[in-house]
Amino acid sequence: MIAYKQATEIKLRVNGQICAVTVPPNELLLDTLRSRLGLTGAKPGCRNGDCGACTVLVDGEPVKSCLMLTVEAAGRDILTVEGLQSAPVQQAFIEQFAFQCGYCTSGFLMVCHALRMHHPDPPDHVIDAWLDSNICRCTSYAEIGRAVRSLLKGDIPKNAAKKNN
Amino acid sequence: MIPFEFEYFRPETAEDAVRLYHELAQSGLEPVYYGGGSELLTMARAGNRRFGAVIDVKAIPECAAVEEEGDKVYFGSAATLGAIERSGLFPLLGRTGARIADHTMQLRITLGGNIAGTIRYREAVLPLIIADASMEVYTPDGAQSVSIHQVFSGRLDLPPGALLVGCRVAKEYARARHGHVKKTKSEKIDYPVATVCALDADGYLRFAVSGVHENPFRDLTLEEIFNDTRTVPRLRADKIVEMVRPGAVSDVLGSAEYRLFTFKRALMEIFAMEREGAMV
Repeated sequence: MIAYKQATEIKLRVNGQICAVTVPPNELLLDTLRSRLGLTGAKPGCRNGDCGACTVLVDGEPVKSCLMLTVEAAGRDILTVEGLQSAPVQQAFIEQFAFQCGYCTSGFLMVCHALRMHHPDPPDHVIDAWLDSNICRCTSYAEIGRAVRSLLKGDIPKNAAKKNN
Repeated sequence: MIPFEFEYFRPETAEDAVRLYHELAQSGLEPVYYGGGSELLTMARAGNRRFGAVIDVKAIPECAAVEEEGDKVYFGSAATLGAIERSGLFPLLGRTGARIADHTMQLRITLGGNIAGTIRYREAVLPLIIADASMEVYTPDGAQSVSIHQVFSGRLDLPPGALLVGCRVAKEYARARHGHVKKTKSEKIDYPVATVCALDADGYLRFAVSGVHENPFRDLTLEEIFNDTRTVPRLRADKIVEMVRPGAVSDVLGSAEYRLFTFKRALMEIFAMEREGAMV
C-alpha cells in the first residue's frame, strides 16, 4: 500500500522527462507544475474545476490540474502545453485567431489535442461536448470551434507550426 | 494547496481500505474514502470540509472495474462517469453521467463519488434505483451484496467506514429501452432543475427524479399513475406534479413552482419519446 504521511519525494513524468519533486500530500498538481517545475502554461483560474484553464493531460486524458493531488500523479505521464512542442493544434489556433487575452488558451489547446488523439474524426456533438469543458471569458468560442474543426479536417499540416518558428 | 494537512493512502484491496479506515478513525484522523476527489477537494479548498486522511480507492481492482459478468453488468465505485459511458454496458447510466458536470470532469468524477457525495442531486443513482441494482459493500465483517433500496433512500446510508465497492445491474435492465431528460436553468452544464430517468421494464415504465425534491427519489405510486393509460398523458403528468408538490425545493436555482413546471415538461417529453418510439 502506498502511503504519504508528510512531504515525500515522488517522481513525475512531465513532458517526457522524469522530475523528482518533494511534495506534501495536500499539494495540487497545478501548484507543483507552476511553483516547483516552473511550468506556468497551466493557468490558475477558478481553482474549482469549472474554467479548464489549468487543463493538462494525464495518461492522455484531459484533467483539471487544480483538482488532482500531485501524489496521485506519481508515475503517470503528464503533458502540459509546454510539451506540445509546436503541435498542429497550436498552428490551428493561430490561423483562426482562436484567442484574445490568451489566458484560457493553454487549457483549450490541451483539450483539443486530446480530442484529436481520441477521436480523429469526431461528430459535431462530440467536439462540442469536449469544448464545453473550458470557458473563454473573451468569448472566442466560434474561433476556437473553427480551429479545432480545421485541425480535425486535416487543414493543418503536421509540421506547420514548426515551420513558423 | 489544500489549506490543511492530511495523509494520503492508496490500498490495493477493499479489506485493507476498510481496516485502514477504522485504524485511522480510532487514532482521530477523520479519514475519507477518495475517488476522483472533485467534491472533496473543492469543498476542502473552500473550507467547507476537513479530513485528516484520504484513502484513495482507485487502485482496488473491484472499485475500478467496469465489466460484464454473465447476465449482469458491474461498475466499480471508482469507475469514472466517462469510463462507464464509453463502456456502453448500461446506456441509460452512460447518458445520465454524460450530463453531469463537463466532459473533462466526467473523466474524474466517479460513480461512487456522485452517489455518496454531499451534493444533493446524485443523478448517477437514478438509473441504478430504477434498475434494482445490487450494491457491493465491504465492512469489517467482509463483503456484502445488498439491494440499492436497502441502502439508498435519498442518500447513501452505510455504516461508518463501510466502503461502497461497486454495483451490479441485470442485463435485462441495463439494455432496456430508456429515456433521459435533464432540465437546467440556462447553461447546459449545470445542476438540474429537474432530471428524469425512465426505463422500460417489460412494458411498464419506471422512473426516478432528481432536482425537484431535496434528494433523488423513485415512487411506486407515481409510477402507477405514469403507466395508467386510461388517462391522457397531460392529466397523468398533472396528477404526478400535484403529488410531488409538497416536497418541491425553492432555492437560488429555481422556485418550487418553476421546478414543478420544468418537471412536468420533462415528464411530457418522456411521454412523447414513448409515443414516438424515441426511447432506445
